[in-house]
This record gives sequence, C-alpha cells and structure tokens, in this order.
Amino acid sequence: MVINLVLLGVLLITALRAVMKRDIVKSAIALALTSIILSALMFRLGSPLAAVFELSVCGGLITVIFMCAISLTKPQVSRQEDEEVNTHSRHFGVLMVLLIAAAGVLLMVGIPAGTVLPQAAADADARSVLWNERQLDLLGQTLVIFAGFFGILVLFKEGVPRVEKNGAARMRDDLSGELEPDDTVTGEEVHSEPSAGCSKVKAEKVCE
Amino acid sequence: MVVAAFLIFVPLIGMITLNLPFGFLKRLAFAYAMTMAACQAALAIFLPLPLWNRVLMPFFGLETLPLTVDRLSIVLLLTVAIVMLAALPVGCFTERNENRKFEFICLTILAATGMNGIAMVHDLFSLYVFTEVCAVSFCVLIALTRDRLGLEGGFKYLVLSAIASVIMLTAIALLLMTSGSTSFATVQAMLIGNSSALPRVAVAAFVVGLCIKGGVVPFHGWLPDAYTAAPAGVSVLMAGIATKATGVYTLIRLFVSVLGRVHQLQGVLLFLGAITIVLGAMAAFGQRDFKRMLAYSSISQMGYIVLSLGAGSALGIAGAVFHLFNHAIFKSQLFVNAAAVEEQTGTRNMDVMGGLSARMPVTGATSVVAFLSTAGVPPLAGFWSKLIVIVAVWGSGNRVYAVVALLASLLTCAYFLSMQRRVFFGPLAEQFKNVREVRLPFLVPEIVLSLITIGVGVFFPRVLNSFILPIQSILG
Repeated sequence: MVINLVLLGVLLITALRAVMKRDIVKSAIALALTSIILSALMFRLGSPLAAVFELSVCGGLITVIFMCAISLTKPQVSRQEDEEVNTHSRHFGVLMVLLIAAAGVLLMVGIPAGTVLPQAAADADARSVLWNERQLDLLGQTLVIFAGFFGILVLFKEGVPRVEKNGAARMRDDLSGELEPDDTVTGEEVHSEPSAGCSKVKAEKVCE
Repeated sequence: MVVAAFLIFVPLIGMITLNLPFGFLKRLAFAYAMTMAACQAALAIFLPLPLWNRVLMPFFGLETLPLTVDRLSIVLLLTVAIVMLAALPVGCFTERNENRKFEFICLTILAATGMNGIAMVHDLFSLYVFTEVCAVSFCVLIALTRDRLGLEGGFKYLVLSAIASVIMLTAIALLLMTSGSTSFATVQAMLIGNSSALPRVAVAAFVVGLCIKGGVVPFHGWLPDAYTAAPAGVSVLMAGIATKATGVYTLIRLFVSVLGRVHQLQGVLLFLGAITIVLGAMAAFGQRDFKRMLAYSSISQMGYIVLSLGAGSALGIAGAVFHLFNHAIFKSQLFVNAAAVEEQTGTRNMDVMGGLSARMPVTGATSVVAFLSTAGVPPLAGFWSKLIVIVAVWGSGNRVYAVVALLASLLTCAYFLSMQRRVFFGPLAEQFKNVREVRLPFLVPEIVLSLITIGVGVFFPRVLNSFILPIQSILG
C-alpha cells in the first residue's frame, strides 16, 4: 500500500513536469517516465497484460515517435524560455500539494469499511473479454483514431491558408464583431464578456 | 442484420471509402453525407420500432453487437439526422477551401456516428467511448479554421471535455468495482436498494461529468467561446446536437435505464436546472455578438431540460425529451440565421445592424418563428414542450421552480425581441443597403426547420400520441 502511494506521488511529479516543461524533449522524457511508473503500478495492482501494453506502447513506442518527430523538425527553445519554467515552479508545488490533499480526502471518504473489491480477472480472460465481449468498444476506438487522424490533418497540415472570407475576413478575429479594427469605436474597450480577458485580438498587444 | 448497427457501419465504411486516394471521391463527400443523414431521418420516422432490433440475417458477426434502439434512441437519431441536414449545406457553403470542406464533412460524419452510438448502446463504458468520439470530433471541428479564436475555443472545449471524461471514467470504474459489469441492467440491479456511499459518489461524479459536457451552469464556461469561435456550420452542429447528445441525453438515459426515475439527485437537478435557466437568460441580455447571445440562450434552454428531469415523473422525462428535440430544431434554425446574416453583412455585432428584414425577408421571417418557439409562444412547438416541462415540475410539487421557469420565459422573450429589433426590424442601416438574401444552401435549411417547428406545434395532438405518450410507456 505504501509503495503504491509512493509510486502515485512520483507519477504525479513526472506528469506535472511533462505538462509544465517548455522544452519538448524534456517533456517527452517526462511523459515516458510517467508511463513507466504507471505500468509499474498496473503490475502491482494485478493487471500484467495492461502493464505490458502500457510499457511497450506508451513508454516505448510513443516516446520513439516523439523523438523522431522532434529530431526531424528541430524546434528551437531558447535558454531563456526554458528558464521561465523556474518562475512557475512554485505553482507546481502548490498544485502538487492540492492534488495530494484531494486524493487523501477521497481516500478517506470513498471506500467504506468492509467493502470487498473484486479481484482483477486473469490474463486469459482479458483477451477473450476484449475480443468477444467488448467488440463495440473496439469499433468506437477505431472511430476515435479516425477522428484523431483528421484532427492532425486539420490542425497541422502545412500550406493551408488561414481562412479569409471576402470582406468578412476580420470578423472571425474580432469578438465584438466591429466592421473595421480602426472604426469609430477605437479607444473604447469592447468586451462582450469580461471574463474572456486577454483572448481578444485587440487586447492581445496589451497582454503579451 | 441488426438495422441499428448499420447506422454505425455505413458512416464508417463510407468515410474510409471517401478517404481512399481517388480524386473524384472528394466531390462525392457532400452528397454522401446528405444522403446518409436523409436515410437516417427517414428510418427514424418511418421504421416501426420492432424492426430496428430484428436480426435479418447473419452479417460477419455484426448482429452480435450490443446495440438496441428504443423510443428514446429514435428521438436522438432523428434529431442528429435533422441537424446534420441543416449544418452540412451551411458549413460547406461558407467554407471556401476545398480541403477544409472535405475535412468538415468527414468530421461531421464521425461526430454523427458517435452520437448514433450514444443513442444505441446499453453499456456505460461503450457510452463513454462513443462520447469520446464526439468530443474529439467536435474539438477539431471548432478549431477547423485554425484562427486564434477557433483554436482557443477548441482548446477550452478539449480541456473541459477531458476533465468531464476523466470524472465519468472514474465513476464508471467505481460502478464496475461495485457491480462487476458496466452494462445498464447490471448497474441498475446493483443500485436498487443499495445505500452504501461508494455507488452514490460514483453516480454523483457521473452526473457532474455529464453536466460539464452539457454546459449546465456552473460548468458552462467553455460553451460561449466554443459556439462563437466555431465556423458557421460547426456552430449549427454544436448548438443543435453536441451538448444534447453527450450531455443531457445521456443524463436522461441514465435516469431511465440505470437509476430509475425517482432518485435523491432530483433536488440537485431541479436547482441546477433553475439556475441554468435564469443565469443563461440574464447573460444573454448583455451580448452584442449575435452568436454569443444565442450560445447563452442555448445554456438557458438546456436548463429547462435538466429542470424537467428533476421533476422525477414520467411526464417530466417526456417533457425533457420533447424539449431536447424542439430545442435542437429552433436553435439550429437560429444559428443558420446568424450564419446567413454574418455571410451577407460581414459582421456579428448586433449594434451596427438594423432593418435587415427588408433586404433578407426569408431569414427575418424564419428568425421570428424560431424565437417565438424558444420563448414558448403558441401554437409553435416550443410552447408545447415548455408547457409540459412546467406542468411536470408543478405536478411534482416544486411550485417555486415551476414559477421560476415560467418567469424565465419572459426573460427569453425579452432578449430575443431585443435581438430581433436590433438585427431585423427598424430602419435599414446605411452600410447594409445592398445586402441581398442568402442563397439556397442557407434558405432550404431555414425554411425546412421553420416548417418543422410550425408543424410540430400545429399538429401537436398527433405528436402527443405517437411521440410523447409512447416515451412515457417505456418508463413503466
């Protein structure tokens, strides 16, 4: 039990590092570490098949693909940008403490005494369960993969021009929907929704 | 072959075929998608219920897929089909880039497949998987044009949707732990008479996840940005069906198939529904952006559905389902009108518009029909569904909530009248003197959706007998 908790804590640290690092390589390595620790947890919880999948696919294959993509595209991250992470470190610490506290609360509130939790099924059952009982989920997964494929096409394809509508080009960039950026209402802060904050194009120059 | 499974396979095979590397296939995409949606609508209206689940012949083992269709599913299938038929022409006509048009069509087909799946499964985990299909598709659709606001809206939707999915998955895992399986029947059997804390926490977590996906206050943060930033066709799709299929429909399904009608969550749903109605309506008042106002209006109407669910009676659930359908129709209508106005005038700022009804008569007239239906003015469809909702809530003893829902209709009428006055009525604004009416791809959805709104309202007795009372009968 204690080992599980320690592993969970380290998992949390590596996962947060993966998200908060600006340098993509360090981020990818942190993600790989997260997968490794997750598969260790899965072994301990009695699902060796799931653990093997996690280790080989997420910890191994995906990291290799990330490294290939990074080395082929060579994104440049300046030293200065990477140092900016240090200023976020204290948020990092606070976030971790909050998450651990939330987990602790859930643990204490969640499982009532005397609950008997069913054991994980043996490996042979896992394979038959996947292919015989959960075919619909495999179909759903295929659909998700297709959606992801289109997502990559839409979001990352090079050479597709940004949208320009005839005469209405700037409307998509302006939440307030004014006709021209330098129209009669310049100097007036136009906000449809105060909470949208710095997302507006006009305020962009002020905020960044 | 189970007819229901066709609704998942035909789109999937079609999409694979459309993506084969032959040039002529891309031109067929629009026709294919429209035909598919039209067939789905026809099947939903005309095919009798027993035929949906019949196994006609073995077909590569597909007949063993656990998909079943009941009256509740048919409503969602019909709604998905109608909204697709409205969104596809609008989206394809406003998108000039051929590749992006094709991607829009493929993603719409994927999203529709996901929603068909949500309508037909009877297993919690499969429900989750198909919800994910929809979530990924919609996230990409919102960011389709890759401009800054679109990416931001898509990112917000992605993050909140991911949080909702994690919460739902945790709930499913807890229910799996305590009942041994995730199918509706098993979980329902486990929950009957079970008063331990763990299943209750699980159910509450699941409902929270669904409320985030449905845009119920206070989880609605992503909705206005996502609806406003999305391109025209995607807004129609999202407003028409996204929050419904993944959010409130699943909530209704949960109550019908898993929890049973009366449950401790009733009070929470009533409260959430009421604050959603009021806060959505009040926020809609202050908007200058046409689409943003409609987004807050959608949030408000979603509150009616949740409120009706909270009433706990069979009439309440029937009202929720009916309002879900009506809202899909009139909200899609309004977003098509907003897209038409934006296409012709180049702006969404209602303060600079005026008198457009003189130059765009059809858009103006259909907008009047849609907003009267939203406000609940007889004899349009919206009046009947709101009446059922308020009667159901009143009948369950929650008089205060029924009065709140009634008074909020006044708010709805007020902000829509203000919109109509600013955009369509009044003197024609100088810069829009030469604006012309939109062309056919907009006009046909506008007119058809208005006709459905008027038709369902005027022929309500027929709808009551064939639509609403049967839904009550499945609740026992």
